[in-house]
Order: sequence, then C-alpha cells, then structure tokens
Amino acid sequence: MSSVVSTVWPRLEPLLPRVQKPARYIGCEDGARSKPVDPSLVSWCFTYPDTYEVGLPNQGLQILYEIVNERPDARADRAYAPWTDLEELMRSQGIPLFSVEHHTPANEFDVLAFNVSAELTYTNLLNCVDLAGIPVRSADRAEQDALVMAGGHCTYNPEPLADFLDAIVLGDGEEVVGEITAVLARFKRPDGSRDGSRREILRALARIESVYIPSLYTVHYDGPVVASIDPIDDQIPPLIAKRTIADLAEWPYPKQQLAPLTEVVHDRLNVEVFRGCTRGCRFCQAGMITRPVRERPADQVRTMVADGLRRTGYDEVTLTSLSTADFSNVEDVVTDLMDDGEQAGCGPLSVSLPSLRVDAFGVGIAAQLQRAKRGGLTFAPEAGTWRMRRIINKLIREEDLYEAVDAAFSQGWKRVKLYFLIGLPSETDEDTLGIAELARNCVAIGKRHNNRAGVTASIGGFVPKPFTPFQWFGQNTSEELQRKINLLRDATNKTRGVQLKWHDPKASLVEGIASRGDRRLGPVLEQVWRNGGVFQEWSEHFDLRLWLDAMDDHGLRVEDYVYRHRTEHEVLPWDHLWAGLHKDFLWQDWQDALEEVGLEDCRWTPCYDCGACTGYGVEHVVASATPPAGGSQGTGQDLGTGAAVPVLLISKSDALVAASAPVESMVSR
Amino acid sequence: MTRPDRVHIRIRFRKAGKIRFVSHRDVARLFERALRKVRLPVAYSEGFSPRPKLSFGLALSVAHESDAEYLDVELISEPDIESLPAALSDALPDGLDVTAVMVLEPGTVSLQQAITSCMWRIEVLGAPPDTVSAAVADALSASELWLERVRKGKSSTVDVRPTILELSVGGPTDHGTQLIAELATESTSLRPSELVVVLGIAGLTEGRVRRTHQWTTVDGVRSEPVSPPNPSTGHEQELLRAS
Repeated sequence: MSSVVSTVWPRLEPLLPRVQKPARYIGCEDGARSKPVDPSLVSWCFTYPDTYEVGLPNQGLQILYEIVNERPDARADRAYAPWTDLEELMRSQGIPLFSVEHHTPANEFDVLAFNVSAELTYTNLLNCVDLAGIPVRSADRAEQDALVMAGGHCTYNPEPLADFLDAIVLGDGEEVVGEITAVLARFKRPDGSRDGSRREILRALARIESVYIPSLYTVHYDGPVVASIDPIDDQIPPLIAKRTIADLAEWPYPKQQLAPLTEVVHDRLNVEVFRGCTRGCRFCQAGMITRPVRERPADQVRTMVADGLRRTGYDEVTLTSLSTADFSNVEDVVTDLMDDGEQAGCGPLSVSLPSLRVDAFGVGIAAQLQRAKRGGLTFAPEAGTWRMRRIINKLIREEDLYEAVDAAFSQGWKRVKLYFLIGLPSETDEDTLGIAELARNCVAIGKRHNNRAGVTASIGGFVPKPFTPFQWFGQNTSEELQRKINLLRDATNKTRGVQLKWHDPKASLVEGIASRGDRRLGPVLEQVWRNGGVFQEWSEHFDLRLWLDAMDDHGLRVEDYVYRHRTEHEVLPWDHLWAGLHKDFLWQDWQDALEEVGLEDCRWTPCYDCGACTGYGVEHVVASATPPAGGSQGTGQDLGTGAAVPVLLISKSDALVAASAPVESMVSR
Repeated sequence: MTRPDRVHIRIRFRKAGKIRFVSHRDVARLFERALRKVRLPVAYSEGFSPRPKLSFGLALSVAHESDAEYLDVELISEPDIESLPAALSDALPDGLDVTAVMVLEPGTVSLQQAITSCMWRIEVLGAPPDTVSAAVADALSASELWLERVRKGKSSTVDVRPTILELSVGGPTDHGTQLIAELATESTSLRPSELVVVLGIAGLTEGRVRRTHQWTTVDGVRSEPVSPPNPSTGHEQELLRAS
C-alpha cells in the first residue's frame, strides 16, 4: 500500500510486441471500470491465478469487482497471471504484477484478493504474490504490503495455503466484501497510508463472520493426522462458518459483465439463474457447499439477459447454475428469452444450459435453444453402472441416457460427449467397464441416424473433496487410475466412433495432495513453486516429479494425504471451518453410499437437516413447488409426492438385477 | 453466390492505440458484436452454424496500427449509411473507429483480390539515422534483394526487391527513424517486419508501425477502396499519437 499510485504501462508497452497474445495485458474490456485512482479509497486488486483467458470470465471476481466499484469508499482493479514469456521479461526488467485497468503495481493496492477454484493453481498464487513484490509467506510481510486474501471453492480447505494468505473468506462474497472494505476504511488515513498495524487489522477482520485469519490458529499433529486446531486466544472464534446470501434477487450481478477484446473461455453472456444444488451427488463439492438452492426470479433473469445482450452484442447466453434444467419452469423462461432475442432483431440467438439433464426433454430444449450455433452436447452420467450411480447418488437410468442420445443424433448432432468419473468408492472393474459399454451402445444408437456418429467419453479420476460425504474416502492411486484407463482403452479401441479422453492421473494425484491437505503442505507448495512448478493446470508445464520430490524432502507421504481412508472420529484439517453441513449428516450419507442407499432432492421433499438451511435460518428459494418434467435427472422417480426419506433403493445383492429392471420396481418406500 | 436482394457495404476503419495489440481474428469478433449492438440487418450463412457474412481485407499484424482497414458486410436490407460511422465507432472499443462506409456496386471485387499494395510508416530502432538512410539508399539501388523465409516449416529464398515500390526516410521519431514504404501485396508480398530485416543492419528492430493506405490499381490508376474521411482537422494527429 502506498499513497503514490504509479503505472507500469510505459515500461510494459514496448514488451508487448514480443509476447504471445498481448491483448491479454491491455484491459479496455467492455464493462471495465476505470474509477479514478484516489489514494483515500480502499483499493482491491482482484486476481485470478491463471491466464487471462481462464480468469477473465470468472463470475465470482466480476461480481465482487462491481460491488466494490459501486461503493463510494472503495475501488477495484483486476489482475491475472502473465504467461511465462511475459513473466520472464517482467522479471528481467523489474516490472511487478500489475492491474489491467491502470497498470498499477499490485502491491500498491490495499488488498490482493485471489479467487481459488483449482488446486493446481496454488503455486501460481504464490508466483503472483512474489511477482507483486510481496513476500510469499504471510509472516514475512512488512506493514505496508498489501493484504493477501482468497475466496472461492478451494478455500473450504485453505490449509495448504495457510502460510501464504493473510485472510480467507468462506462462502458467498457479496456481503463480506463490503464488510471487509468498511473495516479497512477505518484503518486508512486520507493520504492512503495505514493507521494501525497489520496485526490489529487482521484481528479486526477476524471479527467479521466468515472471515478466517489462518495466522490466528495453531495446529497440532499426531502422526499423519491433525490432533487439534485451536485459536491463539479466546478473542478468536473457534469455528468459522461460511456466508450465505439469502436472496439472489438482491444481487443482480454482474450488471455489466466484462466483454473482452480477445477470446476467452466461456466467451458469451453468463447469467446465474440459481445458486446451490440439492441433487445430492456425493462426489460433488460444489453441490454440497453452495446449499441451499436460491433461484433468481424469472423476470430478473429475463431483464439481465436482455440488458446484457444489448450492451455486449453477444449472440449467446448461458444460464449458469449447477443444474440449470432444474430451474423452475425452465422451458417457459428460455422460450421467453428466445422471443426477446428475436424481437431485438440482431440475428439468431443461442441460449445454452451448461448442465444438460440426461433425458430427451433436455435435448429437445437444447435443439430449440441453439439457433445461432450448435454447440456440443454433453451429458454427465458420471458412472458406468446403475450400482455405481446409486453409490454416488446420481440416479440416471441407462434408458434415459439412450433416449437422450437418440434424440440428439436424430436432431442432427453428430457427436455427443459423456462425462465419467473413475476411482469412485467401491468401484469394481465391472463398473469401470460399464463406461465402455454405455459409450458403445450410444454409438450404436447414433449409427441408426448417421454413419459417422461418434461419442467422446471423457474420463476424470475422482478426487475426494472436503465437505462431501466422500471426504473420508481414500483416493485411488495414480497407477490404479491409469490401469482403469487402460482397461477402458482396450475395451473401446476396436469400436469405431468411441473416442476416449482422460484427465492425467498424475494431475489427479497432485489435486488429491492439495484437496485434503493440511498446513504441512505449505513448504511443499513453496518448494514446487521455487523450482519452477507454475501453470500446473497446463499439461505442458505440469511436473509430478517436482511434487513428489518436495513431499519427500519435507518427510510427507502421499499415502497419508491421498490414498488413506479417513476414520470417523479423526480431526480433519478443515474441522474449524463450516460449510453449513453437519459432519454427522455427511458421515451418515457416506455410510448410506456404501450401503447403496439413495437420497432425494430436498428441494421438493421434506428436509433431512443437512444443516445448510437450518443452521442459517434460510430456506430454499424455488419458484415451483414441483420438480421439473421428466423427474429427477430423468430417473422417472415420482418426486412430487414427498416420500419419507431417505429412499431405500435396493440392497446390494440385487445390484445385477437392477441394471435392467424398470426403475419403479426398484424404489421401495 | 451474390443475391440481388442483398446489399453489400464496405467499412473503412482505423485501429490505433492500445487496441493495436488485439489480433485480426479478435477484431473480427469485435465487429460481429458491434454490428449486433447497432442492430444492422446483417445476412447470415445458412446451415447448422449460421455465421454473419463478413469479409475482411488483408490481415494486419498484431501491434501494428492502421488508418486504412476495410471490412465488407452483406446485409439483407439497405442501412442508414449516414449515421453508421458514428454509431459503429460508439459500439466498438476505444481505438477502433469507423471513418467511412459506402454501399458497394454489384460485382465489386473482393478486398483480398482488389488490394495491390499498402503504404506504411515504419519506425526502426537501434541504428543511427545516417546508417538507416544509407541502408535505404542501398536497398533502392539494388537490383535484387534476397530474403530467407520460413513458412509452414519450409525455408525458401525470395527476391523481394520488386515488392518495394517506394521507400524513403520520413524523419526522426522519439526513439528512432521513420521509414515510409509502399509494399506490394500481390503474388510476392513483403511485410514491414521483413523490410526491416532486408535493410541488413545488425540489431535494427521494428518500433511503431502504421498502415496508412491500402491501394487498388485499376487500369493503372491507383485509388483507395473507400475514400478517406474528411481532411485531417487535427483530431487525426491526436489519434496518431494516442497509445
């Protein structure tokens, strides 16, 4: 933090002709705010620790960027990790990490705030802090250095990053960002300098609900396990609970989504239609930690889409959520959007739903919606057998998938993509090979319509995540994941039309280290970064050796962090944090999974008290009291009647029968 | 190919300042968005993935500026040409400015085919002005100038002297020397960065580069695809300096 705000632009500009895709570094996006640089304002630099193309579309950062810039006492810029070619030039010429609006050095802001959405970006976060000229370790920072903060899904277990972050926010950021700003404003003199020590400021921030200051806690270990996590004194809360905004309608952000000058991922208008998901897929951290379901009113969705299209000139809008086909009356809403688009008269409009439901209804909507361009069609059955899908609580029948695929090929799609996970709890080779069979059957269906019909099966290795029922499960070894991939490759390489893609099991291993790791991983991250391990999400930069060496050098075993099953009563590294879910609920759901017992979507059925609503005095905000047409993910289950929960499906011994039996007979109440 | 009920317009625009770092392909995407923002009745291709019917002229390299870029657009009805330059400039990011728009006569040849040469202002850095002047004189008096090119992994040696139609020293800049060059674009063409190489001065690098004209030659008469905007009012000079 400094009262003199400068710009690196004159030094940066001559370097840009020498680097790849220089448009990433100039800002100037439609929707960018260029608030006057007034040193008396609390200044935020919202940073995504990966490239501009990946980071710019991040909706979380865009929301906070607008909220801060709307405040009279604050301003915000954005920064992204420069690609390695520019970084090398910047380091050789002493140019620090900069914001894209004013090209202000990142350490001249009060806060350098990261969105952390993926474990493999952790070393990039360290690199950004270092490139900003800020000591990477929180403990080494000087009074005037920017406060380094983080939020995002990975911060539900921020412990591997604890040494490097001054403050962490859990949950929805819309309210908290303002509360943090107000506290920082109290500690700011009109000339921009700080009135108060770093320690005082962090203690003041610790009093804000959902703000976690890792340096105010000590952790004790007992071998591989955490023994205890304690606040350093009784002024500090022993448990930090996530923040939940009760009503999405009060937060119609981003109001002016950034439309970049250069192509980025998700390069279209994005409108969030609801937050939270109660489908209850047991592998899915996003679904667990973002509860309850809070829908945006349909009218507001319509207004946000119309305004956004008019302002940006995009011809494509994605209605984002974890399962958009579940949005109340989704069919009416999207039909209205299409009509609005036609009336605006600026060419064909595409509306896409990122998570298509696996049934013909979903495909029908998709065909109707994608008038401007036909994107790919992706379905996520997630597992190859009905047994496995019950264990993960993703209750899609094979018939639903086949109907969906048939509908897709008959309506002109030539290729569909199927997402699967391998390495799920209790998975057998039969379950794994079920993926190949589903893919083959889908191709056979496609060939009825088009001889060149193809299916891409995309295989990811399952990485257990904190605050899910599977947080106790020991991840498959990378060798085991590779063996399963090989099984699938052998099972599909003779079938023309099946294309197999897979996530590198070595990358899953590193994700596993960080996902459920504790603070002892801090030195590991630092060593990997110091040895050049940045952009680990990029296969050309990923290097497992760096990670394994660093684990070895610090006396830590992959076995303990990744492959070990956790026990019921052990302290988990994130036990001092709370995502709104009772630990005993999660444990019960884990036991139910092993018993192959399913759990209904509580949006339309009685509450089973996971904690997300009851703990916060909030409720689901859902416009329709009945589930969408087609039932639960197209399972045909009658969810409208409000059955007793949990629903007992069938016992393990009947598993083989189940795969072919009509689903109604499997549901016993 | 061409439908009689369709209207074709040609847009002339300028690209200057920070936005010079945006690629040709990205400029195309920015125009697609801007055309939708001003609700121009753009024609779309048929088929599975309809695309707006836009056709650009010669690509401009990333980091180069231009006073004379062109874009043809097919429309399903006649637009209001008068208001279009201002409306499009407003809808485009800073640094992209539409300076003129005209309706094309049926049968007008495409931009790619029409352009025969381009005028450039090329700043060169890293050598004293005298050295640059001498190298320019040498190049002009040479009967052959051989350039080694690697394109698509294949190396070839080309005589590029015939592509240099005009070359002169325009004077000093803040950091180097400005060259004024007219370079051919037909059959054998020469890029500004390649011109800097064939001057044969060790350590000579390219500074700011700006395309000032694109020329078409019909029956030996040189002209621009769309007449330039009204003579400079000083505003243009400002834009030239803006970065």
